[in-house]
Amino acid sequence: MAELTLLEAVNDCFHTELERDESVIVMGEDVGRAGGVFRATAGLRDRFGPDRCVDTPLAEAGILGTAVGLCMAGWRPVCEMQYDAFSYPCLDQLITHVGRYRWRTGGAMAFPLTIRMPYGGGVRAPELHDDSPETYYVHTPGVKVAIPSTAADAKGLLAAAIRDPDPVVVLEPKLHYRTLRGHVPEGEYVVPLGRARLAREGSDLTIVAYGSMVPLAERAADELAQEASVEVLDVRTLKPLDEEALLASAGKTGRVVIVQEAPRTCGYAAELAAILAEKAMLDLRGPVLRVTGYDVPYPYWQIEDAYMPSVARVLDAARKLLEF
Amino acid sequence: MTSVETGASVALTQLYLTMARIRAFEAKAMDLFAEKYIRGSVHPYTGEEAVAVGVCAALRPEDYITSTHRGHGHCIAKGLELRPMMAEITGRATGYCRGRGGSMHITAMRHGMLGADAIVAGSLAMAAGAAYGLQLQGKDAVVVAFFGDGGAQQGIFHEAANLAAVLDAPVIFVCENNQWAISTPISCAIRIENIADRAAGYGFPGEVVDGNDVLAVRDVAARAVERARRGEGPTLIEAKTYRITPHSAATPTDNRAPDELSYWRERDPIVRFGRELVEAGHASPERLEELDRQAGEEVEDAAEWALASPYPDAAAAEEDVYAPADWLTPGRLA
Repeated sequence: MAELTLLEAVNDCFHTELERDESVIVMGEDVGRAGGVFRATAGLRDRFGPDRCVDTPLAEAGILGTAVGLCMAGWRPVCEMQYDAFSYPCLDQLITHVGRYRWRTGGAMAFPLTIRMPYGGGVRAPELHDDSPETYYVHTPGVKVAIPSTAADAKGLLAAAIRDPDPVVVLEPKLHYRTLRGHVPEGEYVVPLGRARLAREGSDLTIVAYGSMVPLAERAADELAQEASVEVLDVRTLKPLDEEALLASAGKTGRVVIVQEAPRTCGYAAELAAILAEKAMLDLRGPVLRVTGYDVPYPYWQIEDAYMPSVARVLDAARKLLEF
Repeated sequence: MTSVETGASVALTQLYLTMARIRAFEAKAMDLFAEKYIRGSVHPYTGEEAVAVGVCAALRPEDYITSTHRGHGHCIAKGLELRPMMAEITGRATGYCRGRGGSMHITAMRHGMLGADAIVAGSLAMAAGAAYGLQLQGKDAVVVAFFGDGGAQQGIFHEAANLAAVLDAPVIFVCENNQWAISTPISCAIRIENIADRAAGYGFPGEVVDGNDVLAVRDVAARAVERARRGEGPTLIEAKTYRITPHSAATPTDNRAPDELSYWRERDPIVRFGRELVEAGHASPERLEELDRQAGEEVEDAAEWALASPYPDAAAAEEDVYAPADWLTPGRLA
């Protein structure tokens, strides 16, 4: 069991999976010679050759479209989108092809491709380097979406995505790429898609979060320790959602606060709240509350802290709910 | 049989028959649309038959194509069967895609048909990727990506062409320049004479060919295919042609000048090739009539078979969005 940063865990996963399966190809901008702008793919080109770790032109739609064709030829491509917002051009190919093709061909064709990207804010980056685009992906039929919050899950969920027979989008919290360390199993390690993680057990209130909001939720739980027993549920896979874990936790605590970094309207928290309204109404002791980003473009660095959900905002919501 | 056909004559009359099949298929599809057996739309390939037939004549069965919203002709030229094609277009469970794809999304891996697409230029990047993937496997198969003059204006055309170039992908981009994007003439869409000239910007050859001359198309395609097989990368072929029917069954209004239409009708690729076959002694006029009749009968049979097939069960719509849990097979092209 090694102690790795989240980023090192991603890199470890790549080395393991490319070694394990010769049909896995990594492609993207600066992934080869540079090893990725964040170094997630470091060492792959040297170890596996330029045909297994392909530096592409700057063409996100072209990269993903090419990956669709590579799947047709029997490969398992893993595409890196250099930043969250750089992935928007690839939505063209994702929505019109990636999510539909298996269905449209009556299951005759498979698209075992992975799209991964660093996402989210809090790192003083310029605009269009801080977005949380998960909803666009979750909303697309035929696509699965995973977001790790720990180093071990960064490795295990990416491995699951690479091995999965369907297209999977993996968003990695860049805020914690190098600031978060954890024990990561060595060698092959897979965290199955579709299973949430109970980050902390509690009995009075559940904070539901994913990605970079999980450590924040845990800090909020710490601060509430004298007032309430707080459970933290790490969603991990947004699609397919571990609905059972969500409903079990809501059933246990009766109070749910959902934390999401993305803009508020139609964000993933809204989907979770809707599921709770439909299926957990009689378990709930108060309204489901959301702590989210705002409906504005992700702001420039000098005011980004006001945008990002904070521990204080989570505490406000939790106390409101506990007093309801 | 009115004359003894030599080997060469057989091959040439086969090209004629395939073009006649496409012509008859599209006429039948338009009828079925009018009778509401086909919903949505049909984009007839009428007048452009020489492009698909000429290009596919230069391919082997193990080669692949991608297609467009105007894709029936590509399918037939690549050897797809008329019955499951017609079934797909009429939305039947016996269609190539179980009735889920319809007219614009026929896919048939066993015939090397990677897919047609309603999104203009939608399959260009995947064609480049499939070609690159085949090459990485050490195969010498090629991929032909059919698209139109409209598709050449999409951004993904640029990305796909450039990616194919840098990856040395064995892909042939075949631009069917039929000169109109529904109601917008090509002169309003580009400021150059030949779309093929754009190939120079990607560092691979571009060739212009008379898209209504099936043998000329076959020859230029054969050169591009050989180039791709040798590992020398992509070629852009621009076939100048014309659709002599309106854009689609659902958009029957046509703002093109009658003079222009009659100019192109006189250059009908099937009539023209038929005349050449007769003049060269490869077939008699009677033989061509026989082939026309055969094509018509095959299409009628396909339509009858399709209309006798069941519609898919709505409850099955949830199948195949995702792979079943035990599905671990990668793509099927390999």
